[in-house]
Amino acid sequence: MTANGASALGAVPEEVAFAQEVPRGEPILEVLDLVKHFPLTQGIVFKKQVGAVKAVDGVSFDLMKGETLGIVGESGCGKSTLAKVLMNLEPATGGSVRYKGEEISRLSGAGLKAVRRNIQMVFQDPYTSLNPRMTVGDIIGEPFEIHPEVSPKGDRRKAVQDLLDVVGLNPEYINRYPHQFSGGQRQRIGIARGLALKPEVIICDEPVSALDVSVQAQVINLLEQLQGEFNLSYMFIAHDLSIVRHISDRVGVMYLGRMVEIGSDAEIYDHATHPYTQALLSAVPVPDPTARESRDRIVLTGDVPSPANPPSGCRFRTRCWKAQERCAVEVPLLAAPSWLDGPARHESACHFAAEREVGQSAAEREVGQSAAERENGQNGQGGTGPG
Amino acid sequence: MPDIHDEDSYEPHPKPGVSHLDYAGEQGMAVEQETLVESDVVKREEARSLWGDAWRDLRRRPIFLISAVLILLLVIMAIFPWAFTDADPRKADLVHNYLKRPDWTDFFGAGWFGYDGQGRSIYARVVYGARASITVGICVTAAVTVLGGLAGMIAGYFGGGVDAVISRIIDIFFGIPLLLGALVLLNAFSTRTVWSVVVALGFLGWTQIARVMRGAVLTVKQSDYVVAGRALGAGTGRLMFRHILPNAIAPVIVVATIALGGYIATEATLSFLGIGLQDPTISWGIDISSAQKVIRTAPYVLFFPAAALSVTVLAFIMLGDAVRDALDPKLR
Amino acid sequence: MTTAVDTTKPAREAPYEGPLLDVRDLHVEFVTRDGVARAVNGVNYSVRAGETLAVLGESGSGKSVTAQAIMGILDMPPARIPRGEIRFRGQDMLRMGREERRRIRGRKIAMIFQDALSSLNPVLSVGFQLGEMFRAHHGTSRKEAKDKAIELMERVRIPAAKQRVNDYPHQFSGGMRQRIMIAMALALEPDLIIADEPTTALDVTVQAQVMDLLAELQAEYHMGLILITHDLGVVADVADKIAVMYAGRIVETAPVYELYARPAHPYTRGLLDSIPRLDQKGQELYAIKGLPPNLLRIPKGCAFNPRCPRAQDVCRVEVPELFPVTEDDGTALAGRGSACFFWKETLHDR
Repeated sequence: MTANGASALGAVPEEVAFAQEVPRGEPILEVLDLVKHFPLTQGIVFKKQVGAVKAVDGVSFDLMKGETLGIVGESGCGKSTLAKVLMNLEPATGGSVRYKGEEISRLSGAGLKAVRRNIQMVFQDPYTSLNPRMTVGDIIGEPFEIHPEVSPKGDRRKAVQDLLDVVGLNPEYINRYPHQFSGGQRQRIGIARGLALKPEVIICDEPVSALDVSVQAQVINLLEQLQGEFNLSYMFIAHDLSIVRHISDRVGVMYLGRMVEIGSDAEIYDHATHPYTQALLSAVPVPDPTARESRDRIVLTGDVPSPANPPSGCRFRTRCWKAQERCAVEVPLLAAPSWLDGPARHESACHFAAEREVGQSAAEREVGQSAAERENGQNGQGGTGPG
Repeated sequence: MPDIHDEDSYEPHPKPGVSHLDYAGEQGMAVEQETLVESDVVKREEARSLWGDAWRDLRRRPIFLISAVLILLLVIMAIFPWAFTDADPRKADLVHNYLKRPDWTDFFGAGWFGYDGQGRSIYARVVYGARASITVGICVTAAVTVLGGLAGMIAGYFGGGVDAVISRIIDIFFGIPLLLGALVLLNAFSTRTVWSVVVALGFLGWTQIARVMRGAVLTVKQSDYVVAGRALGAGTGRLMFRHILPNAIAPVIVVATIALGGYIATEATLSFLGIGLQDPTISWGIDISSAQKVIRTAPYVLFFPAAALSVTVLAFIMLGDAVRDALDPKLR
Repeated sequence: MTTAVDTTKPAREAPYEGPLLDVRDLHVEFVTRDGVARAVNGVNYSVRAGETLAVLGESGSGKSVTAQAIMGILDMPPARIPRGEIRFRGQDMLRMGREERRRIRGRKIAMIFQDALSSLNPVLSVGFQLGEMFRAHHGTSRKEAKDKAIELMERVRIPAAKQRVNDYPHQFSGGMRQRIMIAMALALEPDLIIADEPTTALDVTVQAQVMDLLAELQAEYHMGLILITHDLGVVADVADKIAVMYAGRIVETAPVYELYARPAHPYTRGLLDSIPRLDQKGQELYAIKGLPPNLLRIPKGCAFNPRCPRAQDVCRVEVPELFPVTEDDGTALAGRGSACFFWKETLHDR
């Protein structure tokens, strides 16, 4: 198995190749103020836009060469839409995505095809992401048919078998159909398909959440091993915070279409300064019964507001115990708070960013909660919650 | 249905610093077990795609076997009618054979089913009549499947304005009863052959398939594997024919098979009404129509072509039913 | 404690002394066209009033099938129960009449499913569906039933219950819908609640709310709770005792603290070890090798043996029973059992 992606790249026409190497630790993907709105329309013939679901609303971050950036957040926070926009599966409404310095969010045709070679995706559900009518060989070999320059025709069968071997499956299974495999094995097939074009970036959208607990660790190990072997950059989207911590170098937390906090894994997990991150971390069930009594869990009240009608100012304010009037007026920027020092000083979008002192704010929170509850009651009367 | 997945013990790709070597003892054991299971898997291999499974399922259904044998027989009859009878279906002998009763001793002979009001062999006419019915049924079905399938695929895949236009056309056609529409259309032909009937029914019938196809495509289009294909950079043609069509075709085949019987019945009805096929074409519908005049005195003149028609239509509908049961995963 | 819900119902029966539910040697099989899938192979467990039993297992372990057998909602065929007893308050439900069994289901044992949206009727308002429980079982009037529905919604802390009682299921968020499911299960004040992955479909922050609510209501009504889950975190938070299932058998039982501190079955150990820990950052995770077994061809002997780091020849031949787990000096450990020939060694592993 050749691990050298650069040699194959030579065959691509000059103008669409992204040939220059990005050194490790430099940004390979730069996302700036990315916006994705899904218009809500009325009428069939004469469509009238009546609003928009603001799925991703101004997200900025860099993905470095060779790193794993974890993205966490609850359903409806926009993390899956973010993946789709980065993959060019959905057109961006605004903002920019740069791959190796070149704008890719408005590409089409040959340029887009070239980008697709370099950014690949591993899907959440291994049961629906493989075409049931195609054999494993056809599924993993399809990238070569679409991009014939990557592997000459005669070598394809061998290339597919090599890929099966790399992901730990028997190369003799090449003629089998997906339903003959278990979930974990199917996810390996999906990973092999993602690797086929020797991409530099792989976006993993909840790659293990559909798998059995005892198989999850196998797939995580495989992903880590492949990263080292092929010098891949991962964007790892998941809701399982312990897995994200294990695999990620940096972690971004999303809430309602915005990035609320981003930093190294230790900065986020041990020195979170955004109230939402703190609540999220405190809510994760810890597989240790002795922690039952000692835990100081922040139980958030109410639900995530609808992304079609997000709160003004800070989007978390309706559920936040720290919320003040300022939060309703002024949108907090994602920046390192000047009033904090040490590891706590990392990018956090909160006017009152501060590390949480365990046990400190029980009474304080109580007050904030009832305020939030009142607010939420009003929201509730509004009718529909998020779908 | 549980999957076969006993084969993950394969791990020859060396991982740096992995502990799986600790399991060397078990590994040997696992390999042994794998070879055991392997032969089992190979045995099942052939019948493991959807069509393979459906075929395995169909082979065990008596309804499918009966209807398939009947249809095969009818198709052979349509292609080689002379292999079934020596008699000439057009030879009229009013002097000797006027409304002659069926003669059961004349096994497979001209007089087996008796003679009609013009002294023609009913058996021969039933045999020769199969060609018109089967031709109309198969040709109309083929035409509507291709036309309707394409229209449904385009509407479902592209959506938006294209879909709106095609869907409205489908709606308009849906308002026209098949029989009434065919009556009007066929009136425009001065001479009506099998092909004019095919054109008329095909023109009116494609919308049914288009609807089914559009629905199936809309569902399949959402699947992750189609998204995965797009993410790889696959073009429209590849997505449509490699990913979507094979996964959307099953319901279309079911509807088409059942509709085939309906087209045969419609052809007979049109011929019966005098607006479908015309003499000298031999058709069960025409024979049923002319048998009306003698129904009291000689009911067998009506019975045999009518029975042939019913059996044919029933055979196709039963086949469609069996195929649907075999392809519908919800019933598994 | 609000007791208004009780008014139309006869006073609660005196607490039952023995186990509320006692499952003995339960077997469930499914007839498929590839053969007989043995989903449950001799399961024993019991729950008392006020107790929370967590049944932990992966997909295909038989944890949900056992629950469905208890509720009597298995489709038979293809399922069949060749052997076993399911005793509720001492009476075997498998040998009861259809009517008698129906009366227990819903009224005495209620179930909460993972997917609240598909368990609620989309064309009826939640108030109507909640009220229906009272109308069907107690013949309460329409007006009164609605009041009770509001009351139940308030109990499970749905904000603005009065305004929302006429809303339809799709108008609620996932967490709120699961609360409505809980309200429905509680409506007739059952003795036992079976919750099948009640929080799996929910977000972490909402999970915590719903689990807390469930635990609180359980304590308040002194109900038995069977919590079926694959999530070691959720189990650690709420369970009293745990039964770990693998390939249709219980492989380990233990009180919650003991299980996490000292597992006595290699499968349980493997599950606990494969949770990412802080000090393992950057290292390979421990992974149980291989795959969960195919129920059509469960390995001979101990079903876990092809994946087990401890497997010996005996494991490939003989099926281990659930051995009682004791300390080295022979002191029995209450409630502990392990279906492993080498439980002693496993217990001392760390």
